[in-house]
Amino acid sequence: MEQKKESLRIEIQGISQSFGEKKVLDNIQLNIGDGEIFALLGPSGAGKTTLLKILTGQLVQTEGTAKILGTDTKKLTDKEYSKIGMMLDTSGLYERLSCYDNLLLFTQIYGISKNYIEEALLKVGLMEAKKRPVNKLSKGMKQRLVLARALMNDPWILFLDEPTSGLDPASTREIHKLIFSLKEKGTTVFLTTHNMEEAEKLCDNIALLHEGNIVEYGNPKEICRRYNHQNKIEILLKNGKQLSLCNSESSAKEIYGYLQEGIVETIHSTEPNLENVFVELTGRSFE
Amino acid sequence: MNPKKISAIFQKQVKETLKNKEVLIQFLMFPILVVIMENSIKVEGMPEHYFVQLFATMYIGMAPLVSMTSIIAEEKEKNTLRMLMLSNVKPMEYLIGIGSYILLACMIGACVFAATGEYKGRELAEFLCIMMVGILISMLTGAAIGVWSKNAMSASSVSVPVMMVFSFLPMIASFNEHVKKVSDFVWSGQINNLMNSLGAIDFDMQTVLVLLANGGVVFVLFQIAYKKCGLA
Repeated sequence: MEQKKESLRIEIQGISQSFGEKKVLDNIQLNIGDGEIFALLGPSGAGKTTLLKILTGQLVQTEGTAKILGTDTKKLTDKEYSKIGMMLDTSGLYERLSCYDNLLLFTQIYGISKNYIEEALLKVGLMEAKKRPVNKLSKGMKQRLVLARALMNDPWILFLDEPTSGLDPASTREIHKLIFSLKEKGTTVFLTTHNMEEAEKLCDNIALLHEGNIVEYGNPKEICRRYNHQNKIEILLKNGKQLSLCNSESSAKEIYGYLQEGIVETIHSTEPNLENVFVELTGRSFE
Repeated sequence: MNPKKISAIFQKQVKETLKNKEVLIQFLMFPILVVIMENSIKVEGMPEHYFVQLFATMYIGMAPLVSMTSIIAEEKEKNTLRMLMLSNVKPMEYLIGIGSYILLACMIGACVFAATGEYKGRELAEFLCIMMVGILISMLTGAAIGVWSKNAMSASSVSVPVMMVFSFLPMIASFNEHVKKVSDFVWSGQINNLMNSLGAIDFDMQTVLVLLANGGVVFVLFQIAYKKCGLA
Protein backbone atom coordinates (compact mmCIF):
# COMPACT_ATOMS: atom_id res chain seq x y z
CA MET A 1 0.00 0.00 0.00
CA GLU A 2 2.44 2.66 -1.18
CA GLN A 3 0.87 6.09 -0.96
CA LYS A 4 2.16 9.53 -1.78
CA LYS A 5 3.28 11.54 1.21
CA GLU A 6 3.59 14.95 -0.43
CA SER A 7 0.95 17.66 0.07
CA LEU A 8 -1.22 15.52 2.27
CA ARG A 9 -4.60 16.94 3.12
CA ILE A 10 -5.92 13.94 5.03
CA GLU A 11 -3.69 11.69 7.15
CA ILE A 12 -5.11 8.71 8.99
CA GLN A 13 -2.80 6.75 11.26
CA GLY A 14 -3.95 3.63 13.09
CA ILE A 15 -7.55 4.71 13.57
CA SER A 16 -9.71 2.26 15.51
CA GLN A 17 -13.24 2.82 16.72
CA SER A 18 -15.29 0.67 19.04
CA PHE A 19 -18.89 1.01 20.16
CA GLY A 20 -19.06 -1.05 23.32
CA GLU A 21 -17.75 -4.50 22.48
CA LYS A 22 -18.08 -3.99 18.74
CA LYS A 23 -15.03 -2.83 16.80
CA VAL A 24 -16.27 -0.81 13.85
CA LEU A 25 -12.88 0.36 12.53
CA ASP A 26 -9.60 -1.46 13.05
CA ASN A 27 -6.21 0.19 12.57
CA ILE A 28 -7.05 2.23 9.47
CA GLN A 29 -4.08 3.86 7.68
CA LEU A 30 -4.67 6.24 4.78
CA ASN A 31 -3.11 9.30 3.20
CA ILE A 32 -4.98 11.48 0.73
CA GLY A 33 -3.29 14.25 -1.21
CA ASP A 34 -4.08 17.52 -2.98
CA GLY A 35 -6.65 17.32 -5.74
CA GLU A 36 -7.18 13.61 -5.21
CA ILE A 37 -10.57 11.97 -5.57
CA PHE A 38 -10.66 9.16 -3.06
CA ALA A 39 -13.48 6.74 -2.32
CA LEU A 40 -14.07 4.54 0.65
CA LEU A 41 -15.98 1.55 -0.65
CA GLY A 42 -17.79 -1.02 1.37
CA PRO A 43 -21.16 -2.57 2.04
CA SER A 44 -23.59 -1.05 4.55
CA GLY A 45 -22.20 -1.29 8.08
CA ALA A 46 -18.57 -1.55 6.93
CA GLY A 47 -17.62 1.59 8.89
CA LYS A 48 -17.55 4.19 6.09
CA THR A 49 -19.75 6.78 7.78
CA THR A 50 -17.98 6.24 11.11
CA LEU A 51 -14.64 7.14 9.51
CA LEU A 52 -16.24 10.15 7.84
CA LYS A 53 -17.58 11.32 11.19
CA ILE A 54 -14.13 10.99 12.76
CA LEU A 55 -12.54 12.98 9.94
CA THR A 56 -15.08 15.78 10.25
CA GLY A 57 -14.68 16.00 14.03
CA GLN A 58 -18.15 14.69 14.82
CA LEU A 59 -16.82 11.60 16.55
CA VAL A 60 -13.69 11.02 18.61
CA GLN A 61 -11.90 7.81 17.72
CA THR A 62 -11.00 5.17 20.28
CA GLU A 63 -7.40 4.89 19.03
CA GLY A 64 -5.06 6.48 16.49
CA THR A 65 -4.77 9.93 14.98
CA ALA A 66 -6.43 11.62 12.04
CA LYS A 67 -5.32 14.94 10.61
CA ILE A 68 -7.09 17.32 8.27
CA LEU A 69 -4.85 19.95 6.67
CA GLY A 70 -2.23 19.05 9.28
CA THR A 71 -4.55 19.54 12.26
CA ASP A 72 -5.71 16.76 14.54
CA THR A 73 -9.42 16.14 13.96
CA LYS A 74 -9.97 16.34 17.73
CA LYS A 75 -8.80 19.96 17.61
CA LEU A 76 -10.46 21.28 14.45
CA THR A 77 -11.09 25.02 14.63
CA ASP A 78 -12.94 27.61 12.55
CA LYS A 79 -9.85 27.83 10.35
CA GLU A 80 -10.06 24.20 9.27
CA TYR A 81 -13.86 24.08 9.10
CA SER A 82 -13.81 27.08 6.77
CA LYS A 83 -11.81 24.94 4.32
CA ILE A 84 -14.04 21.88 4.52
CA GLY A 85 -17.29 21.20 2.65
CA MET A 86 -19.62 18.39 3.67
CA MET A 87 -22.46 16.54 2.07
CA LEU A 88 -23.60 14.16 4.77
CA ASP A 89 -25.91 11.17 4.70
CA THR A 90 -28.83 13.26 5.92
CA SER A 91 -29.43 16.47 4.10
CA GLY A 92 -29.82 18.88 7.04
CA LEU A 93 -31.79 21.32 4.92
CA TYR A 94 -34.47 23.66 6.25
CA GLU A 95 -37.50 22.05 4.64
CA ARG A 96 -39.82 25.06 4.91
CA LEU A 97 -37.32 27.50 3.42
CA SER A 98 -36.67 27.94 -0.30
CA CYS A 99 -33.49 26.76 -2.01
CA TYR A 100 -32.35 30.38 -2.12
CA ASP A 101 -32.98 31.00 1.58
CA ASN A 102 -31.19 27.79 2.55
CA LEU A 103 -28.09 28.95 0.70
CA LEU A 104 -28.51 32.54 1.88
CA LEU A 105 -28.16 31.38 5.50
CA PHE A 106 -24.81 29.80 4.72
CA THR A 107 -23.50 32.78 2.74
CA GLN A 108 -24.22 34.87 5.84
CA ILE A 109 -22.51 32.33 8.10
CA TYR A 110 -19.42 32.09 5.88
CA GLY A 111 -19.44 35.82 5.25
CA ILE A 112 -19.46 35.48 1.46
CA SER A 113 -21.29 37.43 -1.22
CA LYS A 114 -24.95 36.70 -1.94
CA ASN A 115 -24.00 36.61 -5.63
CA TYR A 116 -22.59 33.16 -5.05
CA ILE A 117 -26.10 31.76 -4.43
CA GLU A 118 -27.23 32.07 -8.05
CA GLU A 119 -23.85 30.87 -9.26
CA ALA A 120 -24.17 27.78 -7.05
CA LEU A 121 -27.76 27.12 -8.10
CA LEU A 122 -26.74 27.36 -11.75
CA LYS A 123 -23.83 25.00 -11.15
CA VAL A 124 -26.11 22.29 -9.76
CA GLY A 125 -28.98 23.00 -12.17
CA LEU A 126 -31.46 24.30 -9.61
CA MET A 127 -31.91 27.86 -10.86
CA GLU A 128 -35.52 27.24 -11.85
CA ALA A 129 -36.31 25.87 -8.38
CA LYS A 130 -34.71 28.88 -6.69
CA LYS A 131 -37.87 29.98 -4.88
CA ARG A 132 -39.31 26.52 -4.30
CA PRO A 133 -39.46 25.29 -0.67
CA VAL A 134 -37.13 22.35 -0.02
CA ASN A 135 -40.04 20.11 1.02
CA LYS A 136 -41.35 20.40 -2.54
CA LEU A 137 -38.10 19.16 -4.13
CA SER A 138 -37.35 15.63 -5.33
CA LYS A 139 -34.62 13.61 -3.64
CA GLY A 140 -32.21 14.30 -6.50
CA MET A 141 -32.82 18.02 -6.29
CA LYS A 142 -32.24 17.97 -2.54
CA GLN A 143 -28.94 16.13 -3.07
CA ARG A 144 -27.87 18.76 -5.57
CA LEU A 145 -28.85 21.56 -3.20
CA VAL A 146 -26.79 19.96 -0.42
CA LEU A 147 -23.87 19.78 -2.83
CA ALA A 148 -24.29 23.46 -3.66
CA ARG A 149 -24.22 24.23 0.05
CA ALA A 150 -21.12 22.08 0.56
CA LEU A 151 -19.33 24.07 -2.16
CA MET A 152 -20.40 27.40 -0.70
CA ASN A 153 -17.11 28.11 1.10
CA ASP A 154 -14.97 26.98 -1.86
CA PRO A 155 -13.56 24.09 0.18
CA TRP A 156 -10.09 22.58 0.00
CA ILE A 157 -11.53 19.24 1.07
CA LEU A 158 -14.99 18.01 0.20
CA PHE A 159 -16.53 15.11 2.13
CA LEU A 160 -19.36 13.37 0.30
CA ASP A 161 -21.35 10.57 1.90
CA GLU A 162 -23.08 8.50 -0.80
CA PRO A 163 -23.42 11.56 -3.08
CA THR A 164 -25.43 9.87 -5.82
CA SER A 165 -27.42 7.39 -3.76
CA GLY A 166 -30.96 7.17 -5.13
CA LEU A 167 -30.35 9.62 -7.97
CA ASP A 168 -31.43 9.15 -11.58
CA PRO A 169 -28.66 8.68 -14.19
CA ALA A 170 -28.90 12.26 -15.48
CA SER A 171 -28.49 13.77 -11.99
CA THR A 172 -25.67 11.32 -11.25
CA ARG A 173 -23.85 12.40 -14.41
CA GLU A 174 -24.23 16.06 -13.41
CA ILE A 175 -22.78 15.40 -9.98
CA HIS A 176 -19.87 13.42 -11.47
CA LYS A 177 -19.13 16.32 -13.83
CA LEU A 178 -19.09 18.68 -10.89
CA ILE A 179 -16.73 16.44 -8.92
CA PHE A 180 -14.32 16.31 -11.87
CA SER A 181 -14.39 20.09 -12.19
CA LEU A 182 -13.50 20.35 -8.49
CA LYS A 183 -10.53 18.06 -8.96
CA GLU A 184 -9.26 20.35 -11.71
CA LYS A 185 -9.38 23.21 -9.21
CA GLY A 186 -7.26 21.16 -6.78
CA THR A 187 -10.04 20.25 -4.35
CA THR A 188 -9.53 16.97 -2.52
CA VAL A 189 -12.69 14.86 -2.63
CA PHE A 190 -13.27 12.15 -0.05
CA LEU A 191 -16.38 10.14 -0.82
CA THR A 192 -18.04 7.07 0.55
CA THR A 193 -20.07 4.93 -1.77
CA HIS A 194 -21.16 1.41 -2.40
CA ASN A 195 -21.47 2.13 -6.11
CA MET A 196 -18.46 0.36 -7.68
CA GLU A 197 -18.95 1.86 -11.13
CA GLU A 198 -18.96 5.34 -9.66
CA ALA A 199 -15.71 4.65 -7.83
CA GLU A 200 -14.03 3.19 -10.93
CA LYS A 201 -15.09 6.14 -13.03
CA LEU A 202 -14.31 8.96 -10.61
CA CYS A 203 -11.50 8.02 -8.31
CA ASP A 204 -7.74 8.28 -8.35
CA ASN A 205 -7.61 5.89 -5.43
CA ILE A 206 -10.04 3.75 -3.48
CA ALA A 207 -9.98 1.69 -0.32
CA LEU A 208 -12.16 -1.38 0.07
CA LEU A 209 -13.50 -1.53 3.60
CA HIS A 210 -14.73 -4.78 5.08
CA GLU A 211 -15.80 -5.16 8.71
CA GLY A 212 -13.69 -2.18 9.74
CA ASN A 213 -10.53 -3.24 7.90
CA ILE A 214 -9.08 -1.95 4.65
CA VAL A 215 -8.73 -5.08 2.54
CA GLU A 216 -7.40 -3.35 -0.59
CA TYR A 217 -6.12 0.09 -1.53
CA GLY A 218 -5.00 1.70 -4.77
CA ASN A 219 -6.03 2.99 -8.17
CA PRO A 220 -9.25 1.19 -9.17
CA LYS A 221 -7.98 0.18 -12.62
CA GLU A 222 -4.70 -1.10 -11.18
CA ILE A 223 -6.57 -3.10 -8.57
CA CYS A 224 -8.74 -4.69 -11.23
CA ARG A 225 -5.66 -5.55 -13.32
CA ARG A 226 -3.93 -7.01 -10.25
CA TYR A 227 -6.81 -9.44 -9.75
CA ASN A 228 -7.09 -10.42 -13.41
CA HIS A 229 -6.22 -14.07 -12.80
CA GLN A 230 -8.01 -15.34 -15.92
CA ASN A 231 -6.11 -13.00 -18.24
CA LYS A 232 -8.44 -13.82 -21.13
CA ILE A 233 -10.00 -11.97 -24.02
CA GLU A 234 -13.67 -12.48 -24.84
CA ILE A 235 -14.92 -12.01 -28.37
CA LEU A 236 -18.46 -11.89 -29.68
CA LEU A 237 -18.69 -12.54 -33.39
CA LYS A 238 -21.38 -11.14 -35.65
CA ASN A 239 -22.84 -14.62 -36.12
CA GLY A 240 -23.50 -14.77 -32.35
CA LYS A 241 -20.62 -17.08 -31.52
CA GLN A 242 -18.75 -16.29 -28.27
CA LEU A 243 -15.04 -17.03 -27.87
CA SER A 244 -12.82 -16.89 -24.79
CA LEU A 245 -9.15 -16.74 -25.73
CA CYS A 246 -5.96 -16.72 -23.68
CA ASN A 247 -3.94 -13.52 -23.73
CA SER A 248 -1.13 -15.04 -25.84
CA GLU A 249 0.64 -14.66 -29.19
CA SER A 250 -1.40 -17.44 -30.83
CA SER A 251 -4.65 -15.78 -29.70
CA ALA A 252 -3.43 -12.48 -31.10
CA LYS A 253 -3.10 -14.07 -34.52
CA GLU A 254 -6.58 -15.59 -34.23
CA ILE A 255 -8.10 -12.26 -33.20
CA TYR A 256 -6.26 -10.49 -36.01
CA GLY A 257 -7.81 -12.96 -38.42
CA TYR A 258 -11.33 -12.26 -37.16
CA LEU A 259 -10.70 -8.54 -37.34
CA GLN A 260 -9.47 -8.80 -40.91
CA GLU A 261 -12.60 -10.72 -41.85
CA GLY A 262 -14.68 -7.98 -40.23
CA ILE A 263 -16.79 -10.43 -38.25
CA VAL A 264 -16.07 -9.12 -34.74
CA GLU A 265 -19.07 -7.62 -32.91
CA THR A 266 -17.37 -6.89 -29.54
CA ILE A 267 -14.01 -7.59 -27.91
CA HIS A 268 -13.29 -7.39 -24.17
CA SER A 269 -10.56 -8.24 -21.71
CA THR A 270 -11.73 -10.21 -18.67
CA GLU A 271 -10.25 -8.28 -15.76
CA PRO A 272 -12.66 -8.29 -12.84
CA ASN A 273 -14.56 -5.25 -11.67
CA LEU A 274 -14.20 -3.93 -8.11
CA GLU A 275 -17.18 -5.94 -6.98
CA ASN A 276 -15.53 -9.18 -8.12
CA VAL A 277 -12.34 -8.14 -6.33
CA PHE A 278 -14.32 -7.49 -3.15
CA VAL A 279 -16.01 -10.89 -3.38
CA GLU A 280 -12.66 -12.57 -3.94
CA LEU A 281 -11.12 -10.83 -0.94
CA THR A 282 -13.95 -11.22 1.53
CA GLY A 283 -16.07 -14.07 0.23
CA ARG A 284 -19.07 -11.78 0.51
CA SER A 285 -21.12 -9.92 -2.03
CA PHE A 286 -21.21 -6.14 -1.88
CA GLU A 287 -24.90 -5.49 -1.29
CA MET B 1 -18.97 35.49 19.13
CA ASN B 2 -19.84 36.73 15.66
CA PRO B 3 -22.82 39.15 15.43
CA LYS B 4 -23.23 38.35 11.70
CA LYS B 5 -23.82 34.69 12.46
CA ILE B 6 -26.28 35.56 15.24
CA SER B 7 -28.09 37.83 12.79
CA ALA B 8 -28.13 35.05 10.14
CA ILE B 9 -29.71 32.61 12.63
CA PHE B 10 -32.21 35.28 13.68
CA GLN B 11 -33.25 36.00 10.07
CA LYS B 12 -33.48 32.30 9.28
CA GLN B 13 -35.76 31.80 12.27
CA VAL B 14 -38.07 34.66 11.26
CA LYS B 15 -38.58 33.04 7.83
CA GLU B 16 -38.93 29.57 9.30
CA THR B 17 -41.53 30.58 11.87
CA LEU B 18 -43.66 32.41 9.32
CA LYS B 19 -44.01 29.04 7.58
CA ASN B 20 -44.28 26.95 10.75
CA LYS B 21 -47.88 27.00 11.98
CA GLU B 22 -47.08 25.01 15.15
CA VAL B 23 -44.66 27.66 16.42
CA LEU B 24 -46.54 30.61 14.96
CA ILE B 25 -49.71 29.69 16.85
CA GLN B 26 -47.80 29.84 20.15
CA PHE B 27 -47.08 33.51 19.56
CA LEU B 28 -50.51 34.45 18.25
CA MET B 29 -52.99 32.38 20.24
CA PHE B 30 -53.03 34.24 23.59
CA PRO B 31 -52.72 37.79 22.20
CA ILE B 32 -55.70 37.12 19.89
CA LEU B 33 -57.62 35.42 22.67
CA VAL B 34 -57.06 38.28 25.11
CA VAL B 35 -58.31 40.87 22.61
CA ILE B 36 -61.49 38.82 22.04
CA MET B 37 -62.13 37.97 25.72
CA GLU B 38 -61.34 41.41 27.10
CA ASN B 39 -63.68 43.06 24.62
CA SER B 40 -66.52 40.55 24.71
CA ILE B 41 -66.84 39.34 28.32
CA LYS B 42 -67.77 41.75 31.08
CA VAL B 43 -68.84 40.17 34.34
CA GLU B 44 -69.85 42.22 37.32
CA GLY B 45 -67.29 42.08 40.11
CA MET B 46 -64.53 40.83 37.82
CA PRO B 47 -61.19 42.60 38.51
CA GLU B 48 -60.14 45.16 35.96
CA HIS B 49 -58.20 43.64 33.03
CA TYR B 50 -58.68 40.19 34.54
CA PHE B 51 -58.13 38.41 31.23
CA VAL B 52 -55.06 40.45 30.37
CA GLN B 53 -53.31 39.50 33.59
CA LEU B 54 -54.45 35.87 33.50
CA PHE B 55 -53.55 35.26 29.87
CA ALA B 56 -50.31 37.21 30.11
CA THR B 57 -49.07 34.79 32.79
CA MET B 58 -50.21 31.83 30.71
CA TYR B 59 -48.56 33.33 27.63
CA ILE B 60 -45.25 33.66 29.47
CA GLY B 61 -45.45 30.07 30.70
CA MET B 62 -46.36 28.70 27.31
CA ALA B 63 -45.11 30.56 24.21
CA PRO B 64 -41.39 31.07 24.97
CA LEU B 65 -41.01 27.64 26.56
CA VAL B 66 -42.76 25.62 23.88
CA SER B 67 -41.35 27.52 20.92
CA MET B 68 -37.76 27.36 22.23
CA THR B 69 -38.10 23.64 22.93
CA SER B 70 -39.69 22.77 19.62
CA ILE B 71 -37.25 24.84 17.52
CA ILE B 72 -34.16 23.29 19.13
CA ALA B 73 -35.58 19.76 19.15
CA GLU B 74 -36.65 19.96 15.51
CA GLU B 75 -33.24 21.24 14.45
CA LYS B 76 -31.59 18.38 16.34
CA GLU B 77 -33.91 15.80 14.83
CA LYS B 78 -33.46 17.03 11.25
CA ASN B 79 -29.70 17.49 11.55
CA THR B 80 -29.88 21.14 10.55
CA LEU B 81 -28.29 22.06 13.87
CA ARG B 82 -25.41 19.65 13.21
CA MET B 83 -24.82 21.36 9.85
CA LEU B 84 -24.75 24.76 11.55
CA MET B 85 -22.26 23.52 14.16
CA LEU B 86 -20.10 22.05 11.37
CA SER B 87 -20.19 25.43 9.64
CA ASN B 88 -18.46 27.31 12.43
CA VAL B 89 -21.62 28.43 14.25
CA LYS B 90 -20.92 28.37 17.99
CA PRO B 91 -23.61 26.96 20.30
CA MET B 92 -23.94 30.34 22.05
CA GLU B 93 -24.33 32.15 18.71
CA TYR B 94 -27.13 29.76 17.80
CA LEU B 95 -28.89 30.06 21.18
CA ILE B 96 -28.64 33.85 21.17
CA GLY B 97 -29.92 34.00 17.56
CA ILE B 98 -32.94 31.83 18.31
CA GLY B 99 -33.45 33.32 21.78
CA SER B 100 -33.42 36.92 20.57
CA TYR B 101 -35.99 36.05 17.94
CA ILE B 102 -38.32 34.42 20.49
CA LEU B 103 -37.82 37.30 22.93
CA LEU B 104 -38.73 39.81 20.20
CA ALA B 105 -41.76 37.83 19.03
CA CYS B 106 -43.02 37.38 22.62
CA MET B 107 -42.43 41.06 23.42
CA ILE B 108 -44.56 42.01 20.40
CA GLY B 109 -47.24 39.75 21.94
CA ALA B 110 -46.66 41.51 25.28
CA CYS B 111 -47.31 44.86 23.56
CA VAL B 112 -50.69 43.50 22.35
CA PHE B 113 -51.51 42.58 25.96
CA ALA B 114 -50.40 46.02 27.14
CA ALA B 115 -52.50 47.76 24.49
CA THR B 116 -55.53 45.61 25.38
CA GLY B 117 -55.04 46.44 29.08
CA GLU B 118 -54.66 50.12 28.14
CA TYR B 119 -51.57 50.36 30.35
CA LYS B 120 -49.74 53.66 30.36
CA GLY B 121 -46.78 55.22 32.12
CA ARG B 122 -45.54 53.29 35.15
CA GLU B 123 -48.06 50.50 34.64
CA LEU B 124 -46.85 49.95 31.09
CA ALA B 125 -43.17 49.98 32.08
CA GLU B 126 -43.79 47.54 34.93
CA PHE B 127 -45.90 45.27 32.75
CA LEU B 128 -43.28 45.06 30.00
CA CYS B 129 -40.45 44.49 32.51
CA ILE B 130 -42.37 41.69 34.23
CA MET B 131 -43.16 40.14 30.86
CA MET B 132 -39.52 40.28 29.85
CA VAL B 133 -38.26 38.64 33.04
CA GLY B 134 -40.89 35.90 32.73
CA ILE B 135 -40.16 35.33 29.04
CA LEU B 136 -36.42 34.99 29.71
CA ILE B 137 -36.90 32.39 32.48
CA SER B 138 -39.46 30.52 30.37
CA MET B 139 -37.12 30.57 27.35
CA LEU B 140 -34.24 29.20 29.37
CA THR B 141 -36.49 26.40 30.63
CA GLY B 142 -37.46 25.63 27.03
CA ALA B 143 -33.81 25.67 25.94
CA ALA B 144 -32.89 23.18 28.68
CA ILE B 145 -35.69 20.82 27.58
CA GLY B 146 -34.82 21.25 23.88
CA VAL B 147 -31.13 20.56 24.47
CA TRP B 148 -31.95 17.55 26.64
CA SER B 149 -34.32 16.01 24.07
CA LYS B 150 -33.25 13.86 21.15
CA ASN B 151 -36.18 14.75 18.89
CA ALA B 152 -39.37 16.79 18.64
CA MET B 153 -41.53 13.96 20.01
CA SER B 154 -39.53 13.50 23.21
CA ALA B 155 -39.28 17.28 23.59
CA SER B 156 -43.04 17.78 23.50
CA SER B 157 -43.63 14.93 25.95
CA VAL B 158 -41.59 16.92 28.48
CA SER B 159 -42.41 20.49 27.50
CA VAL B 160 -46.20 20.11 27.53
CA PRO B 161 -46.52 19.03 31.20
CA VAL B 162 -43.87 21.55 32.31
CA MET B 163 -45.63 24.30 30.36
CA MET B 164 -48.98 23.35 31.91
CA VAL B 165 -47.56 23.51 35.42
CA PHE B 166 -46.07 26.97 34.93
CA SER B 167 -49.04 28.33 32.97
CA PHE B 168 -51.92 27.02 35.04
CA LEU B 169 -50.46 27.02 38.55
CA PRO B 170 -51.14 30.76 39.14
CA MET B 171 -54.73 30.40 37.94
CA ILE B 172 -55.42 27.34 40.13
CA ALA B 173 -53.71 29.15 43.02
CA SER B 174 -56.40 31.83 42.89
CA PHE B 175 -58.99 29.15 43.82
CA ASN B 176 -57.03 27.15 46.38
CA GLU B 177 -54.96 28.38 49.33
CA HIS B 178 -52.71 25.30 49.47
CA VAL B 179 -51.85 25.60 45.81
CA LYS B 180 -51.22 29.32 46.36
CA LYS B 181 -48.54 28.48 48.92
CA VAL B 182 -46.76 26.33 46.35
CA SER B 183 -47.33 28.82 43.55
CA ASP B 184 -45.62 31.56 45.57
CA PHE B 185 -42.36 29.63 45.25
CA VAL B 186 -42.63 29.24 41.49
CA TRP B 187 -41.57 32.02 39.10
CA SER B 188 -44.88 32.07 37.23
CA GLY B 189 -46.72 32.45 40.53
CA GLN B 190 -44.61 35.46 41.43
CA ILE B 191 -45.07 36.92 37.94
CA ASN B 192 -48.82 36.59 38.42
CA ASN B 193 -48.61 38.28 41.82
CA LEU B 194 -46.69 41.16 40.24
CA MET B 195 -49.28 41.42 37.45
CA ASN B 196 -52.00 41.79 40.06
CA SER B 197 -50.31 44.81 41.61
CA LEU B 198 -49.33 46.68 38.47
CA GLY B 199 -48.82 50.41 38.96
CA ALA B 200 -48.03 49.98 42.63
CA ILE B 201 -45.46 47.21 42.63
CA ASP B 202 -43.36 47.06 45.73
CA PHE B 203 -40.72 44.41 45.20
CA ASP B 204 -40.46 42.44 48.43
CA MET B 205 -37.57 40.17 49.22
CA GLN B 206 -39.55 36.98 48.61
CA THR B 207 -40.46 38.00 45.06
CA VAL B 208 -36.87 38.87 44.19
CA LEU B 209 -35.49 35.71 45.84
CA VAL B 210 -38.03 33.40 44.19
CA LEU B 211 -37.35 34.87 40.74
CA LEU B 212 -33.58 34.72 41.23
CA ALA B 213 -33.68 31.20 42.68
CA ASN B 214 -35.99 29.92 39.91
CA GLY B 215 -33.83 31.58 37.26
CA GLY B 216 -30.70 30.10 38.86
CA VAL B 217 -32.16 26.58 39.00
CA VAL B 218 -33.24 26.76 35.36
CA PHE B 219 -29.81 28.05 34.36
CA VAL B 220 -28.09 25.18 36.20
CA LEU B 221 -30.47 22.68 34.56
CA PHE B 222 -29.64 24.19 31.18
CA GLN B 223 -25.90 23.92 31.87
CA ILE B 224 -26.28 20.25 32.89
CA ALA B 225 -28.35 19.47 29.79
CA TYR B 226 -25.86 21.28 27.58
CA LYS B 227 -22.83 19.50 29.07
CA LYS B 228 -24.55 16.12 28.91
CA CYS B 229 -26.16 16.31 25.48
CA GLY B 230 -24.55 19.24 23.64
CA LEU B 231 -26.36 20.91 20.80
CA ALA B 232 -25.76 18.78 17.74
